[in-house]
Amino acid sequence: MIIESTLRPENAVNRTTVDAGDHYIGTLKAGQTLRILDLEGNQAADTLFYSARDTAERYSAMDTVREQGALYLTAGSRLLSSEGNLMLTITADTCGRHDTLGGACASESNTVRYDLEKRHMHSCRDNWMQAIADYPEYGITKRDITHNINFFMNVPVTAEGGLTFEDGISAPGKYVELVAAMDVVVLVSNCPQLNNPCNGYNPTPIELLIWK
Amino acid sequence: MSTPATTADHSEALYITHLPGGHHWSLRLRRGTTLKLSAQQAGTNVGLLCYNPENLLERLNLPDTLKCQHTFKLTRGHCLYSDMGRIFASITQDDLGWHDSVGGNLMRHHLVDKGWQPRSYQQAHNDWTRSGHDAFLVELAKYGLGRRDLAANLNLFSRVESDDTGRLRYITGHGEPGDSVTLRFEMDTLVVLHTCPHPLDPSPDYPRRGVDIRLGVAPPPDENDACFRSRPENARGFENNRLYHLGL
Repeated sequence: MIIESTLRPENAVNRTTVDAGDHYIGTLKAGQTLRILDLEGNQAADTLFYSARDTAERYSAMDTVREQGALYLTAGSRLLSSEGNLMLTITADTCGRHDTLGGACASESNTVRYDLEKRHMHSCRDNWMQAIADYPEYGITKRDITHNINFFMNVPVTAEGGLTFEDGISAPGKYVELVAAMDVVVLVSNCPQLNNPCNGYNPTPIELLIWK
Repeated sequence: MSTPATTADHSEALYITHLPGGHHWSLRLRRGTTLKLSAQQAGTNVGLLCYNPENLLERLNLPDTLKCQHTFKLTRGHCLYSDMGRIFASITQDDLGWHDSVGGNLMRHHLVDKGWQPRSYQQAHNDWTRSGHDAFLVELAKYGLGRRDLAANLNLFSRVESDDTGRLRYITGHGEPGDSVTLRFEMDTLVVLHTCPHPLDPSPDYPRRGVDIRLGVAPPPDENDACFRSRPENARGFENNRLYHLGL
């Protein structure tokens, strides 16, 4: 569902550009709005959310998808935690569909998906490993890195139970906006993938904007 | 999918047991062993998680399992991947054709939401109403694992379909009495499982459907194996397992 935001970038309290292959970690307070902006189009923003009060409580793909009765995220989707609590609601979306199933690329899964000799290439999971190594104060370790959201990715499921990776439906300037229902830690890997045609083999920067 | 003849019919059972509905178990299964689960009724559900007993941080990764094999459902010919690009287990035999990868787990609040009249142990003894979430936490705690280690689980015997818009539909009464599925372990694996109901099960009361469990052994897969051949990705997954076992 396409819903445009009324928030103006010049009123944002924080604006951060995240290059492809780089990461973002930060706290979003209850009531604050986060916009993830696909600056150049067809990028994937691999995102995890944790309760800031207790990081063992985190975004749960399964609980979110099951309780909304639908696989894809868009405006109106309520992101639920592993305890079944509301973490964030998607309040605006100009892309229309975001993937919940494909997870993140990793050095190890890249060997399976693409080629054994691709193991040296950068990946979202390595990107998160760097983030949690750089910012131990969040208390997030490898065991907390789970089934994430791929904002802007298009991974349609067929009625026969197939899974396909389609070209992105995002484009330059498309965005998704979420309002936090609790204080959450936001962990984003801006996907560095060079082997997937979804981003035209050209990963590009995203921007994160926060409004009070 | 190419499915050459398989060696899935492991006739010699090394251990046989039954897990009643609404209960849980965990065990370490060695590389080369098989786990055959048989349902006694339609609509059975078995929640399943896998961990590497040598490094409990390596665990079942459903996103990798799905995307590496371009599938949403799981059935014969598919492999269950860890987050380290290795194959915990292959599905070598399956009567159902569809096992659920997305439904997640029954939470305590579902028991109330569904009007299932939660029953405590004091009230009901073995017929108490466990949630799948609690069942996993109880088993995981035995290995020093907890909430942070709960990965997305598989729901064997259950079927949740998606239409072209992503709308989900739980199929009531999936499977037939006697239907079975067999996993062949490709590396040593800590298997955590429960027989609590699927969270989308619309039964009027807490359904209690157990499974017969049969453990056996299987010859090591070769390049003609159905799971090895079903996708080029799986040949690379098996190669990662070969690397992991170098020198053994």
